Amino acid sequence: MAHLGNNLPRHSILGNSALAAVLSRRATLRQLGLAGLSLAAAPAFAEDLIKLPLPSDPRERPLTHDFPQKGTMILQRTRPPLLETPFEVFDRGVFTPNDQFYVRWHWAVIPTSVEVNTFRLAVRGHVNQTLSLSIDDLRSLPQVELAAVNQCSGNSRGYYEPRVAGAQWSHGAMGNALWTGVRLKDVLDRAGVKAGAVQVRFDGLDEPVVPDAPDFKKSLDVDHARDGEVMIAYAMNGEQLPLLNGFPLRLIVPGWYSTYWVKMLSDIEVLDKKDDNFWMAVAYTIPDTPHASITPGQTGEKLVPINKMVPRSFFTNVASGATLPAGSAPLRGIAFGGDSGVAKVELSIDDGKSWQPTALGKDHGKYSFRQWEANVLLGAKSSHSFMVRCTNQAGDVQPDAPNWNPSGFMRNVIETLQVTAS
Amino acid sequence: MHKQIIAVACLTAGLLYATPAWVQDKIEIKSTKVDLPAGDSLFPGEGADAINNNCLACHSADMVLTQPALPKATWEAEVHKMITTYKAPVDEQDVAAIVEYLVKTKGKN
Repeated sequence: MAHLGNNLPRHSILGNSALAAVLSRRATLRQLGLAGLSLAAAPAFAEDLIKLPLPSDPRERPLTHDFPQKGTMILQRTRPPLLETPFEVFDRGVFTPNDQFYVRWHWAVIPTSVEVNTFRLAVRGHVNQTLSLSIDDLRSLPQVELAAVNQCSGNSRGYYEPRVAGAQWSHGAMGNALWTGVRLKDVLDRAGVKAGAVQVRFDGLDEPVVPDAPDFKKSLDVDHARDGEVMIAYAMNGEQLPLLNGFPLRLIVPGWYSTYWVKMLSDIEVLDKKDDNFWMAVAYTIPDTPHASITPGQTGEKLVPINKMVPRSFFTNVASGATLPAGSAPLRGIAFGGDSGVAKVELSIDDGKSWQPTALGKDHGKYSFRQWEANVLLGAKSSHSFMVRCTNQAGDVQPDAPNWNPSGFMRNVIETLQVTAS
Repeated sequence: MHKQIIAVACLTAGLLYATPAWVQDKIEIKSTKVDLPAGDSLFPGEGADAINNNCLACHSADMVLTQPALPKATWEAEVHKMITTYKAPVDEQDVAAIVEYLVKTKGKN
């Protein structure tokens, strides 16, 4: 603890109040530590608990209403916030409401206020002209809209066996929104990318608590950044972004994991070489193997930055352990194809021995959630393993066996529910 | 809802088009100020002084308390990752006590 007081942070963009809060918290912690207190860690703001169907304890999480611009969320971590979407939200529609869209931050220094008139997005580096763009400047560019799933690389990590360290998410570290903003390409064209550009690096307003820790930055290859689909969003689902989802600007990288969707985007740097920063070269890397899967304990595999998402599907109107009335049972859920659209969603009620087609709902584009539904006939007093699997338009299908890697990334095994008919 | 319809029309063509000016709603973007919960609850139980003194500046205790049981070697690796990779200002003399607390509360053979 003695070191903490020496590490005055470099909160250049923070208001005095936020800085004071961090320092004050440190002082409080120091005093408490010196006093040798060991108080119970009951979250004072927890109003209710939810039990997640994880393979081992602890399964209970507080349901919280204490985060700004957020309704009921599953509290995975208070600071920096990790807030999971309660799964029943996905049964209510194909778009995830902003106030229940999941939240994930790496560092605890998050600006708690953003002034729209003074906010600027920098575009710099290997460009002809450095830019400093206001929100209005951005909004003078052509407006585009896209429905796209945003999913944490570690969504469903809590189901990994053997268990791995990290946020113990159930399946709710994902959401689907209609994103409104501008093409990244249009912004880069305005700056004029010089020949020889290799990658484009993105940074947000969040900062590490400890000054020499690695600031969170992510990069895309220059051709990807200029593909006309990658966006800078200033709205989701028709409204400005909640602060915890990246207000005022967020990078949208359709079909790729959320680690690239930099929140509170404030700096775009065109690089003339490959980005070797920690968050690209070390963190968020996966084994370069099918399904990013290795045997627990296996080492020495080549590692590559995580990238495209893979197909997934879920039941949304029935949970494992449910008892349904015998007879005709209406089942429904959501699916997404990853980096291509949903081609088909199939259903099994006999542990994968036979599969039947489902009817797909309205197509909101290849990067969106797509709803599916089907009716099945359940015999009296029967037991079933319900499964649902998505095949995307590239022909990729969810695997029968779970993948494993030490980071708990890219789970997309066919999920199975145990259901009984009365 | 007309926005969604437009998005579908655009995507069917596999491209992302500009919304025509005549259907654009001007989405209002306003300055925002929020308060975030402090998340300063302490680790409970015996032997928690070291983890309380060293770990709570960067993250709240619930991150650790929601972890599954993990082997001692995993906890040692986690603590050292915090120090070497994430530059957590942990007193070297407290490392053993932090690992001991983690193994006691979240340990697995």
